[in-house]
Amino acid sequence: MNRTLYAPLIFELSRKGREGYSLPSDNLGQDKYKPCQLPAHLLRQEAPASLPEVDELTAARHYTNMSGNNFGVDTGFYPLGSCTMKYNPKINEEVAALPGFTDVHPAQPTETLQGSLHLYHHLAAMLAEVGGMHAFTLNPYAGAHGELTGLMVIRTYHQRRGDNKRVKIIVPDSAHGTNPASAAVCGLQIVQVKSTAQGTVDIEDLRTKLGDDIAGMMMTNPNTLGIFEKDIPEIARLVHECGGLMYYDGANLNPMMGVCRPGDMGFDVMHVNLHKTFSTPHGGGGPGSGPVGVRKGLEDYLPNPQVYFDEVEQQYAMNFSKEALGSISSWLGNFGILVRAYAYLLTLGHEHIAQAAKLSVLNANYIKEQLKDYYELPIEGLCKHEFVFDGLRAEYGGDHHEPDHATTLQVAKRLLDYGFHAPTIYFPLLFHEAMMIEPTENESKETLDHFIEVLKSIAVEARDNRESLRTAPHCTPISRPDDVKAVREPRFKF
Amino acid sequence: MKYFPHTPDDLREMLAVIGVNSLDELYAEVPQELLHKGDLDLPDAQSEIELRRTLRSLAEQNRPLTAFAGGGAYDHYTPSLIPYITARSEFSTSYTPYQAEISQGTLQYIFEYQTMMADLTGMDISNASMYDGATATAEAMMMCVAAAKKRNRVLISSTFAPNVLRVVETYALFHGVDLQIIPEKEGVTDKDFLKRAVEEDGVAGVLLPQPNYYGIVEDFEGIADHCHAHKTLLAINAVPADLATLRSPGEWGADIACGDGQSLGLPLSCGGPYIGYLCCKEDLVRKMPGRLVGMTTDAEGRRAFVLTMQAREQHIRREKATSNICTAQGIMCLWIGAYLSLMGQKGLQEAAALSYAGAHTLRDLLTADGAFAEAFPDQPFFNEFTLKCEGVCPNQLRHAMAKKGWLAGIAAEGHKDLLILCVTEKRSREEIEAFAKELIACKKELSASSK
Amino acid sequence: MAKVIEGYYYSESHEFVKVEGEYGYVGITDYAQEQLGSVVYVDMPEEGDEVNAGEDFGAVESVKAASDLISPVSGEVVEVNAELEETPDLLNSDAFGNWIIKVKLSDPSELDNLMQAAAYEEICK
Repeated sequence: MNRTLYAPLIFELSRKGREGYSLPSDNLGQDKYKPCQLPAHLLRQEAPASLPEVDELTAARHYTNMSGNNFGVDTGFYPLGSCTMKYNPKINEEVAALPGFTDVHPAQPTETLQGSLHLYHHLAAMLAEVGGMHAFTLNPYAGAHGELTGLMVIRTYHQRRGDNKRVKIIVPDSAHGTNPASAAVCGLQIVQVKSTAQGTVDIEDLRTKLGDDIAGMMMTNPNTLGIFEKDIPEIARLVHECGGLMYYDGANLNPMMGVCRPGDMGFDVMHVNLHKTFSTPHGGGGPGSGPVGVRKGLEDYLPNPQVYFDEVEQQYAMNFSKEALGSISSWLGNFGILVRAYAYLLTLGHEHIAQAAKLSVLNANYIKEQLKDYYELPIEGLCKHEFVFDGLRAEYGGDHHEPDHATTLQVAKRLLDYGFHAPTIYFPLLFHEAMMIEPTENESKETLDHFIEVLKSIAVEARDNRESLRTAPHCTPISRPDDVKAVREPRFKF
Repeated sequence: MKYFPHTPDDLREMLAVIGVNSLDELYAEVPQELLHKGDLDLPDAQSEIELRRTLRSLAEQNRPLTAFAGGGAYDHYTPSLIPYITARSEFSTSYTPYQAEISQGTLQYIFEYQTMMADLTGMDISNASMYDGATATAEAMMMCVAAAKKRNRVLISSTFAPNVLRVVETYALFHGVDLQIIPEKEGVTDKDFLKRAVEEDGVAGVLLPQPNYYGIVEDFEGIADHCHAHKTLLAINAVPADLATLRSPGEWGADIACGDGQSLGLPLSCGGPYIGYLCCKEDLVRKMPGRLVGMTTDAEGRRAFVLTMQAREQHIRREKATSNICTAQGIMCLWIGAYLSLMGQKGLQEAAALSYAGAHTLRDLLTADGAFAEAFPDQPFFNEFTLKCEGVCPNQLRHAMAKKGWLAGIAAEGHKDLLILCVTEKRSREEIEAFAKELIACKKELSASSK
Repeated sequence: MAKVIEGYYYSESHEFVKVEGEYGYVGITDYAQEQLGSVVYVDMPEEGDEVNAGEDFGAVESVKAASDLISPVSGEVVEVNAELEETPDLLNSDAFGNWIIKVKLSDPSELDNLMQAAAYEEICK
């Protein structure tokens, strides 16, 4: 494979006079009407000179060769914690590409969109069952967008009751950075609550934060350490007692689905990540989908458009309700992603959904148990779908306080040499050398065993030959990039 | 179950390593009363054969119509190579390129996307995408407020598509932005109102659409200078497919360009996934939300691409981040990068010329014998235009035309009798002629029956 | 070991104040720059802005971290160190030599709440 020939930037492959498209040579009225007839000052003066001129085969090789420099779930094990890199079934792709779904305009009269609306409505109902919620909107485009939407629901709920002083939201210190960021976009102030030594919410600290200015509390369960917050009924009771609502960040729903429902834990509002729990591809970072569910009594606030079944007309319809919090998307969200998640849920059915959750927990605990003599496990006991090591144990990596200790970054980079993606590193912020591993249910025991052996060998290498760790990776398409240069001499375009 | 690789032996061995007796014991710490008893109330699992049948039947309950409508979703041509490229699982099954060493594919296509989008919009910098055009516009609004520091008012033209306007209004409401609507005058933004409002103190930014909801190409001459003289930022939401031909946001003097990238060859897909684009001038880069890919070198001095300026982002700045957005529409960047590469400047211009000619001819066909009248006859348009259909409700027309397989435009919100039609390069000579004929006949029929 | 300078005032969030007459020069300590690593950007207020003791007035960014700048003193910003806009890494080469903002102190008694060099040296251990 000759990557040097086709993998340069597309701009470098451009040659004047080539073309990669095929359009009809004439159309109705082309002789009579030309864009240049528009007033000159409405027309572009300076050509977009960067746009390349390439033929189709050159483009095909360019992208195909580039794809060889990429790592996906189909390439190998991808234990990126809190991201749930599960297998993306191909049947989902096949059905999402059906022309009946891809070739309809979102502004078509609803009687011609009955298939899409039915799918939307039915998927919302299935997610409500999984979440223990009453109703779902599928309009949010991503997890962070779902968080924002859910927080808007909470604020709307308080405002409609005339309770305008609830402007604060409680977020655990172990929370993902999007939680406080979404709250800030939503105009809420953040109140941080501490974690105990066991990594769960410190209820005593929580008590001191509660009051009549609290709009609600955001949590994941299991939390970002993979620990189940078993005090959740008490936490929910306290927050409800002070008048707040409980928000469930569905980033970690995978080990819970079919086993334990956020609604039953006491949550009022939640989002799910279809690209995590429900197997839709992560696409190099999108498009995702972040449906939001609510308990009964909050459904009127869900964003417009709302999809419902019109009993009179006996068909699905869309509604723009005045009760709603407003709109958060142009149309019905990332519809193509909804088709994939729908197909996944039908594949699992009621028979297999809990098994997926349980196997993800099995795989995580299996790795954790076999590596805890090599890597520092700050919190003992059962984890759920993921767990966190606080770097190498001192006997392998050296004392964390020593400047030349083997870091989590080095371990992560060395893993790349063995054909594994790295875990999530330096998150959560509670531990300095955090390394968060999430295997998902789809990984076979042989894959896990291989991963475990490699991580053990890296630990030994950290002890015996730290230099090779420091310069890793050695076998990847590029070696370590210069991040400092990227910021100090910024180049965002060619 | 083909997605679960665990054999009975595997299960036994793995449980033993963990020291529990069953999968259920893995949930030992979960309070009993929280555990769900029995199966969830979900449908029976379907085999692939059954699933295919179910989804095909659903897809068939949709009726794809021949689109003469835009309104933010345009039925443009997609070069056949693109879906093959974007389906490559090395791209599609990866995630945010945190590990640059094994993500050069993703990083490179985003870098190529950024280069082309910045150029097309006439801006210095593009980010790695937003969710859709409406949320990108809302983010542009928040950027204006963040950049202005002490100003909190943003003006937005009422000539935006209502579905964009609604989203911006919602974000403004919750984010605490004082959003003021600039009224319209004869189908275009009231420029005198705009100028007066900017002269008042405290306007952080102005948001304008191009072309606007009615398809009119608005004249923004002098607006940017006026804004800048009052330390107000200008953001223009442009339809990118037009930008090889129409004056770019950068050429209008805008500080921010935002909008929906769907017109760059993305399938209609019932409204998504599309992609929002957001570009800006260099001095605003620190206020830019979302991912940015930069070019640097690796340890051996080879060219390399990385995620950069991450200190703006939520995973580092938490509540002080420029936005809560993480990654946005990933693979759609690849789609658009491939689209712009294959089309090039010439392809974009050819497609635009076909659309322009088709739309103007359709306008002629529909207005020639007085069946319809142009709503804004003095205003220039590109490939989308607005007709008055006196005596007939536009939605009735749409329903009647849908029965014959046509998507007859969009009924303009807030008006009784305005219909917004659109023509792209995909509409053939025969389709345009047949559509015009049927629309006129349909209107006659409806007005006859209503009398 | 990180450097500490006698005669300056220090905050727990690792800012220093050098006082000259009615003005205070605020910057980050040598210890702070060590912890951050390569500084790539300094987000600064504008001249004429008011800063309040205990509140943030900007941020210092390294490649993968950002740290809020908490003002140890209150007053009007009369000057910002424009050199840091172009060369933020000056903070790495000489943190104490490169103050970030010059503040006209509105309440010099606030200095009493800050640490002296010896006390600050202790918390850097």
